[in-house]
Amino acid sequence: MTRRSLAERLVLAVPFAWMALLFLAPLAIVVKISLSRSVIAMPPYEPAFDLSLGWADALDKLGQFSFAAYESLFDDNLYVDSYLSSLRLAGVATLATLLMAYPMAYAMARAPVAWRPALVVLAVAPFWTSFLIRVYAWIAILKDEGLLNHALMALGLIDEPLNIFGTDWAVLIGIVYSYLPFMILPLYNSIAAQDPALREAAGDLGAGPMAAFWRVTLPLSRGGIVAGCLLVFIPAVGEFVIPDLLGGSDTLMIGRTMWTEFFDNRDWPTASAATIVLLALLLIPLALYDRARAAGTERVL
Amino acid sequence: MRREPRAFRAAALLFGFAFLYAPIALLVIYSFNASRLVTVWGGFSVRWYGALLNDERIVESAWISLRVALVSAALATALGTCAAIALARFGRFRGRGLFAAMTMAPLVMPEVVAGLSLLLLFVALDVPRGFWTIVLAHASMTMCFVAVVVRERLEGVDRSIEEAAGDLGASPGQTLWRVTLPIALPSIVAGYVLAFTLSLDDVVIASFASGPGSTTLPMRIYSAVRLGVSPEINAVSTAMIVLVAICLGIYGLARAAPAGGRV
Repeated sequence: MTRRSLAERLVLAVPFAWMALLFLAPLAIVVKISLSRSVIAMPPYEPAFDLSLGWADALDKLGQFSFAAYESLFDDNLYVDSYLSSLRLAGVATLATLLMAYPMAYAMARAPVAWRPALVVLAVAPFWTSFLIRVYAWIAILKDEGLLNHALMALGLIDEPLNIFGTDWAVLIGIVYSYLPFMILPLYNSIAAQDPALREAAGDLGAGPMAAFWRVTLPLSRGGIVAGCLLVFIPAVGEFVIPDLLGGSDTLMIGRTMWTEFFDNRDWPTASAATIVLLALLLIPLALYDRARAAGTERVL
Repeated sequence: MRREPRAFRAAALLFGFAFLYAPIALLVIYSFNASRLVTVWGGFSVRWYGALLNDERIVESAWISLRVALVSAALATALGTCAAIALARFGRFRGRGLFAAMTMAPLVMPEVVAGLSLLLLFVALDVPRGFWTIVLAHASMTMCFVAVVVRERLEGVDRSIEEAAGDLGASPGQTLWRVTLPIALPSIVAGYVLAFTLSLDDVVIASFASGPGSTTLPMRIYSAVRLGVSPEINAVSTAMIVLVAICLGIYGLARAAPAGGRV
């Protein structure tokens, strides 16, 4: 390893220190509070460390750590149900996003070369528009007296309004809509990168377009499928805005349950423990994502 | 080889883009609706935009959001560029794995987790929450996006120019300042604009990091949306969409700058 100049060391040290303080340290505090007990005070947990009281005091308080918050998490059906329901909703939504995005990405990758950059911009542009605004736009569409029901009733397709808003269906539509660009891009990259000669070879060997798709194009785009699915699934599990705005009072998602626990019930230890369990659940997909990144995920931006 | 059905591909594109854009288009159209009923068309009008400008709380929040976005994006750009240079140019160093993980993890971290953990840090350190805590939180969140954009650029260009600078007697610091940074400049601009937009949009992390008197525009919109749809929200949303479209244009131009740049 070479000796580095002062400038180089600063370039490395400044962001390192920043992330240590504002990413690692907060996570450590979440772990710590998840091991504390809830009390009615400010901050609403104990033990609260105060280093001015000396190390002996801090050591003494270490002994007061408990797993009570984690136990209450598993005793309480609300939490177990929230986790399961989040995983289920995120899983179904990821699958629906994939089915929606694949034909689009495929058509984009097979479009005339001159069109492709414009199509990519069109596909990514909604990601730039505020998440909140895009979710809000669906409220006016899905409400009982909303635009969709108006249109369907005017066409005579239905007699009374469909009840979509305030159900898990609305949450599903919201997730698919919001995360579609994250799925399209890795898929597009992996399909566009394929050598057209491969398909031609399949054709020369007697494969029809369908066979060529199932046996050449689809298997070769596996990297993009994995990357896209993880990019949708991971954030969708912890989603808060979509279930809160589009879902009903019975839509359970862990992000929303945590929010309520923290802001409304002010039970910080339980909310912290729920956060740690959520991160632990996401560790496997996160590790997979890390491996799939080489498959073109970084070009998502 | 037989041609695949063109109609299928055209339909996939048409349907897909209609799905992506119709909700936004409807929102914009109904912001010009004269009627207070958001789902019934009552003629063209700009009255809701007028109402917006007279709403002091909205204007104040918009101002806070704008300042948070400008400052946090500047911080995020400086930090993210440094992180990108370290990852793309420094080869192996102690703690590289941890460093790389820390700059990538926030990209996929659920926002509630990021927000909650930062709030707990601010409480533990006894930092009063307000404008600056939102700035810190947003800078931490968006610097990772800047790092990805800048790193991609640096890894995509030929390193021989930087090596030549070293051969011609430039110190590593000089090479960094006078060769590497100009090469990365278009991506740094793109990173700033991306960080600015992300900060302007965020509601979850801002809700955790803010204090009394520092309600950002998305937080204001959020509490209004929870009460239902209103034409004023359509108008403010449309204004934000226009601002974001301008940012996207700048981003596109910066990213399209020729590789190598002005050296």
